[in-house]
Amino acid sequence: MLALAPGVRLIDLAMAKGEGDAINDLVRWGMLVDTSKCAEGCDACVTACNEEHGIEDFGRPETDAQWIRKVELKDKQTGREYSLPLMCQHCDDPPCVDVCPTGASFKRADGIVLVDKHICIGCRYCMMACPYKARSFVHENLTNQKSYSPRGKGTVESCTFCVHRLDDDRAPACVEACDTEGHHALVFGDLNDENSEIAQRARTVSNRQIREDLNLNTGVRYESI
Amino acid sequence: MKEILYQTTHGRNVGYYLLLAGLLCVIGVALYAAHYMDVNGHHITGMNNQIVWGMPHVFAIFLIVAASGALNVASIASVFGKIDYKPLGRLSGLLAIALLAGGLAVLVLDLGQPDRLIVAMTYYNFKSIFAWNIFLYTGFILVVAVYLWMMFERRFNRYSKPIGVFAFIWRFILTTGTGSIFGFLVARQAYDAAIMAPLFIVMSLSFGTAVFILVLVVTYKWTQRPLSDNILKKLRKLNGIFIAAVLYFVLAYHLTNLYATEHHGVERFTLLEGGSITFVFWVVQILIGGVIPLILLFARRANPRVSAILASCLIIIGAFGQLYVIIIGGQAYPLQLFPGMEVSSSFYDGVAGIYSPSMPEFGLGFGGIAMALLIVVIAVRVLPFLPASLANLESTESNSVGDTQIARV
Repeated sequence: MLALAPGVRLIDLAMAKGEGDAINDLVRWGMLVDTSKCAEGCDACVTACNEEHGIEDFGRPETDAQWIRKVELKDKQTGREYSLPLMCQHCDDPPCVDVCPTGASFKRADGIVLVDKHICIGCRYCMMACPYKARSFVHENLTNQKSYSPRGKGTVESCTFCVHRLDDDRAPACVEACDTEGHHALVFGDLNDENSEIAQRARTVSNRQIREDLNLNTGVRYESI
Repeated sequence: MKEILYQTTHGRNVGYYLLLAGLLCVIGVALYAAHYMDVNGHHITGMNNQIVWGMPHVFAIFLIVAASGALNVASIASVFGKIDYKPLGRLSGLLAIALLAGGLAVLVLDLGQPDRLIVAMTYYNFKSIFAWNIFLYTGFILVVAVYLWMMFERRFNRYSKPIGVFAFIWRFILTTGTGSIFGFLVARQAYDAAIMAPLFIVMSLSFGTAVFILVLVVTYKWTQRPLSDNILKKLRKLNGIFIAAVLYFVLAYHLTNLYATEHHGVERFTLLEGGSITFVFWVVQILIGGVIPLILLFARRANPRVSAILASCLIIIGAFGQLYVIIIGGQAYPLQLFPGMEVSSSFYDGVAGIYSPSMPEFGLGFGGIAMALLIVVIAVRVLPFLPASLANLESTESNSVGDTQIARV
């Protein structure tokens, strides 16, 4: 691989994605969560996600969809408390994709795990398989959907990393909201690009995956837990 | 060489039509329930984002597991050459097909998109055990249909053994596939265990034999055909061994979990602190569905007919309890994302999932059972599935009119 200048390589230029080009695996989208900056009680990321994707509150918490949620943790031994957002971890080896009978659950070449709403039969096996409880089943009729984020009753859904925004080089809604709040707890970017902020921080600051024991190589990593 | 006279059920009696009407009513209720769920969405059921599989899955998996086991009796005759069981082979095959069809109907009607059945039949991900099961289940119906054909057609009787062996192997793979639905789930504490496949196989042997005994006794009672106690004695002993095997596998599963600290949480939940799950485990699964039937089936002084019927009823009740504990209990115990931490969220992290089964779910489940029974009731009327007498094997007496066929065993 020929380096033209620090951070610019010939192969990257040759494979730079133009409009209409297929997604490729040169990019691996990921997110780094700094839990020390994630404020307890703040749910700006959750609100932004609901707004972005038109996720309604039907007042039925057991069946209402949640693509991202705030989880509060307390170490039983030491009493130390943590707060963090939890969503689809965009695994490199996603169990939801393994178990899906029709292939509706799939992983894009750039690492984003999605559901093809057209071939999801609503069996919910992926929800049984997901180690992170990241998926929701649409339990009711929906209205006022966003054209860029189609949803459907009787199908399963989860965080898309705001894939529609990525095409416009915009960060996911949760990341933007966290920055707007001034917390800057979420860093989003290309894990494969060694010069990106996320790759540099992930390389230098200690971080971990949730349920590392499953060896799923998640796209979402957590600092300070 | 002994001869058996097979005979269809017959007569224009009121009871038969009442039975048909009753079963059709239950199926009608189930179809309405499915429609109601489809129109409103699953929020009208007790299922939610914590307990994603509910009562329909308990019913469906019971029927599918029992279907595989219902073929036992035919297998014992064809594969293991036990001639005494041969007259029962046709009913055994019929029940296997009927139960499986009922179970599949429930599964399909519970889907979020039941109209996309054609998608499930055309898009496959072969890493998914679900995808394999679609082939295993539909293939099973086909294999058993051919097996029945070999049993019915005198010219082909000699092929019933090789086809029987094939069906026997198929049903083992099929139930391995059903158990593996849970065995392959790496994320959840109660699943992710290789023992799920053999556990489901022994469950199928026991549940299927229990259903077979009940259907046999009731059919012979209602059609006023003789049924010897000797047959029930044999089936009773057989199911005693099967239910003991189920209890042994359950014991091995829990002992293994209790050894590993990692699994202490889920064991404490199931065995001690799980509320309704704990109650169902100890009282319905272990006591009603395991210990009492075991005593009944092995008690020498017990009346073979009464004890076989009673034990079969209890085993079926226990089977629902066991599947409830596996399916609902396994989901209710929260995912362990942060070991050693107290966890809370708006999405029920760290707390046991709450589930109250709803009427549409029961409606759908009972519809599956009614469909299985309807298939049996119609089939025994149009084709000679049942021996005219099971008083003893030599009897070829026909006590009434109806289509008959004599087969040699």
